[in-house]
Amino acid sequence: MDFRLGEKSDAFRAEARAFLDRELTPELVERVYRSGVAHDAAFTRKLHERGWLAPGWPVEWGGQGRDPLEVMAFSEEFGKVHAPMYGIGTTMMVAGIIQLIGTAQQKRAIIPRALGGEIVIVLGFSEPEAGSDVAAAQTRAVRDGDEWVINGQKMFTTNGHVADYVFLLTRTNPDAPKHKGLTMFLVPMDQPGIEAQAVFTLSGERTNITYYTDARVSDDWRIGDVDGGWSAMTVSLQLEHQGGFASQSEALLDHLEAWARRTTDEWGRARIDDPDVRGRLARAATETEVARLLQRRAAWMAHEGVTPEGEGPMAKLFSSEALERQAQDFAELVGPDALRSYGDPTAVEGGAIEHALRFSLGTTIYGGTSEIQRTIVAQRHLGLPRAQ
Amino acid sequence: MDLRLSAEQEQLVDAFASLFAKESSAERVRAAEPDGFDRALWAHLLELGVVAMAVDEPAGGWGASLLDLALVAEQQGRCLAPAPIVETQVAARLLAALGTPEALTAIGPALAGERMVTLAVRPVRERVAGLVPAAAVADDAVVVAGDRVVLVPLEGNRTAVQNLGALPVADVTVGSGATVLASGPSALAAHSAAVDEWMLLTAGALVGVGARALEIGIDYVKERKAFGVPIGSFQAISHRLADSATAIDGARLLAWEAAWAADADPDRAPELAAMAFAFAYEAARDSTYRSLHFHGGYGFMLEYDIQLYYRRARAWANLFAEPGAVYRRVADRRYGAAGG
Repeated sequence: MDFRLGEKSDAFRAEARAFLDRELTPELVERVYRSGVAHDAAFTRKLHERGWLAPGWPVEWGGQGRDPLEVMAFSEEFGKVHAPMYGIGTTMMVAGIIQLIGTAQQKRAIIPRALGGEIVIVLGFSEPEAGSDVAAAQTRAVRDGDEWVINGQKMFTTNGHVADYVFLLTRTNPDAPKHKGLTMFLVPMDQPGIEAQAVFTLSGERTNITYYTDARVSDDWRIGDVDGGWSAMTVSLQLEHQGGFASQSEALLDHLEAWARRTTDEWGRARIDDPDVRGRLARAATETEVARLLQRRAAWMAHEGVTPEGEGPMAKLFSSEALERQAQDFAELVGPDALRSYGDPTAVEGGAIEHALRFSLGTTIYGGTSEIQRTIVAQRHLGLPRAQ
Repeated sequence: MDLRLSAEQEQLVDAFASLFAKESSAERVRAAEPDGFDRALWAHLLELGVVAMAVDEPAGGWGASLLDLALVAEQQGRCLAPAPIVETQVAARLLAALGTPEALTAIGPALAGERMVTLAVRPVRERVAGLVPAAAVADDAVVVAGDRVVLVPLEGNRTAVQNLGALPVADVTVGSGATVLASGPSALAAHSAAVDEWMLLTAGALVGVGARALEIGIDYVKERKAFGVPIGSFQAISHRLADSATAIDGARLLAWEAAWAADADPDRAPELAAMAFAFAYEAARDSTYRSLHFHGGYGFMLEYDIQLYYRRARAWANLFAEPGAVYRRVADRRYGAAGG
C-alpha cells in the first residue's frame, strides 16, 4: 500500500507548478474570465512547446508517454488555478476516441494536428430536448452520395465558436430503437450551414447553441459504424465521467483558511480560533481529502489497466457535490461579505466564495449530472435493477 | 501509488473473516447481547494472537502495522464481532509506548490474555471516566487522570451501563487502587497518540459496519417487490444506496491512508486519523439508516439483522465524542490548538 503518487509524479507536479507561476499571468486570468472562454491560443502554444498538450499520450503520437498518475498530478495543479484547459480537454478526448475506433486515415489526419495544438474539437451531444437522456438526440444526418446532410441543434457546445470540428451525435435511423439509430461524425465547423450562438452561464463561462442547417460532412469523417454511434458514445461518456473537482475544493479551502487567520470577529477573536469556524473548515478539509482519494483511486485503476466504471462516476459525483456544499457553507460562514463579487476590489479573498457559488453549480451538471452518475453507480457497480 | 493489499494482508483478512464467519454469526451476536461480549469468540481471538499481533516485537508482540490492524477491524465491523479487539490492541500498544517499569509489568499478562486491559478514550472528570469501552468485561483500564496515565483495576471500580449498541461499556471510578504508569507531557502525548490509533481502528470497524449494512440493503431491495417491480429499481432508493457506496469507499480509502501515514507520513497521521473517524462514522450512520429504512416495516423489527448494524454504528463512534468535537480535533491537528 502506498498513497504517494510517486517521485515521477512529484517531479512533474513541480514542473507544472513552475510553468503555471510563469505563464498563467494575471492578464491571462483576467482575459479568460472576461471572455468566459476556457481556451487560449497563446497558452495552448506554450503548452505545446513543452509537449504538455497530451502528456499521457505515447511518444510516437506526439505525447510524452506519462503514466496516469503523472497526468493526475499535472491535472491537479492545472485545475487548482482554473487554467484554461477545457478546449484542450475536449480535443484530446475526441482524439482519444479516434485513436480507439477511427480509421487509419482519420487517425493520420486528426491526431497529429490535435496533439500539435493546431485544431480545437468540441462536443456536440446534448440538445434542447435531450440532455441526460443523450441517446434521445434528434439532430438528423441523411446520406447524400458520399456525404451526409445534417439538420438540428446542439446545446452547450462549449468553445463551438472557436472550434475547427464538432464531434457530433446524430440520428441516422429514426425507425430503430433510440440507441440503435445513432451515428457519430467529426464535422468541420468552417462551413455556412453551421452557426454558433453565444450562451452565457452563471459562472461567466461562455458556451453556445450550435445550429446545423443542411451542413455537410463527408462519409470519410464518420467515426464508427452507421447506426453504431452508441458504442462510440459509451467510450466518450466513460472518459468524460473521469476526473473531478478536489483541486478546486482545495483552492477554495486555502482561501477560507487565509480569511479565518486574517480576520477577527466582533469580540476581536481571530476567526480561526472560533470553534464553529474550526469545525466547518475541518469538515471541508475532510471532504476534500475524500474527494482527492476517490479521484486518485480512479487514476490508479487506469494506471493498472482497469476501467474505473463505477469508481470514476463516484469521484465525479462526490467531488462536485462536495465543492457545492463547501461553497454554500463558506458563503454562510463568511456572511454578507461573501456576497461581494469576484473581481470587485472590496471582495473577500478576491471573491473566491462568490465565484465558487456560481462555478460549483455547473460541476454537478456537465459531464453527466449527479443523477446520471448515481444511476451508473447503482446499476453497474451495485448491480441494482434498471428503472422501469 | 498502490492500493493493493500484500499477500500477507490478504491472508490476515481471510483468517479473521473465516473466524468471524464461524464464531460471530448473527445468532451469536444476538446471544451476546446485552453485554456485548462473547467469551468463546474471545478465546479464539486470543489463540489467533489478536492482542499480541498489535505490539512491536521488542515488547513481546508480533509487530503488525496499523494498516494490518485496520483491516482486521473492518472484518470485525462487518460481523459486529462482540469482542473488544480495538481497545485491547491499542491499550497494549500504549503500555509498550509508555515503557515505564509499571507499564511493562502490565503488558505481559495483557499479551498472554491473562488480564484484559482496555483504554479510556476520554479524560476523567470528577474521578469518573465515562463510558469506557470494554470496561464492563475487562480487568484493567488505562485512564488519563490529570497529568497522569494510570492503570485502574476494574473490579469494584466500575458501573456497567446499558446502552444503545449493547456494548460492554462501564463508568469507571479512579480511586486509590490505581497504579500510576507514567506522568507529565510525554505520558499525555502517548495517550493522545493511542486515542488517534483507537479512532483510526474504529474508523476501520465503522467501514465494515457500513459496508455490510449496504450489502444487506442491496440484497433486500433487489428481492423485495412493490408495485410489481423490485424496489431497488426506484431511484429514490437506488440513488441513496449509490451515495452510501461512494461514501463507504471514500471512508475506506481515508482509513487506509491514515493507517499508511502512521509509518510513512507521521506529521499528517493524527489529522488523517481524526478525519477518518469523523467520515467513517457519517458513512456508517447513513448506510445503516438507509438500509434499515428501505426494509420498510421489517427494518423496524428486532428479528431483522439490519437493526444490529444501525445500533452498533452509532454506539461505537459516539462513545468518543459528538461529531462536532471530532471535527474540532481535526482542526487542532491541522491548525494547532485554538488561541484566544
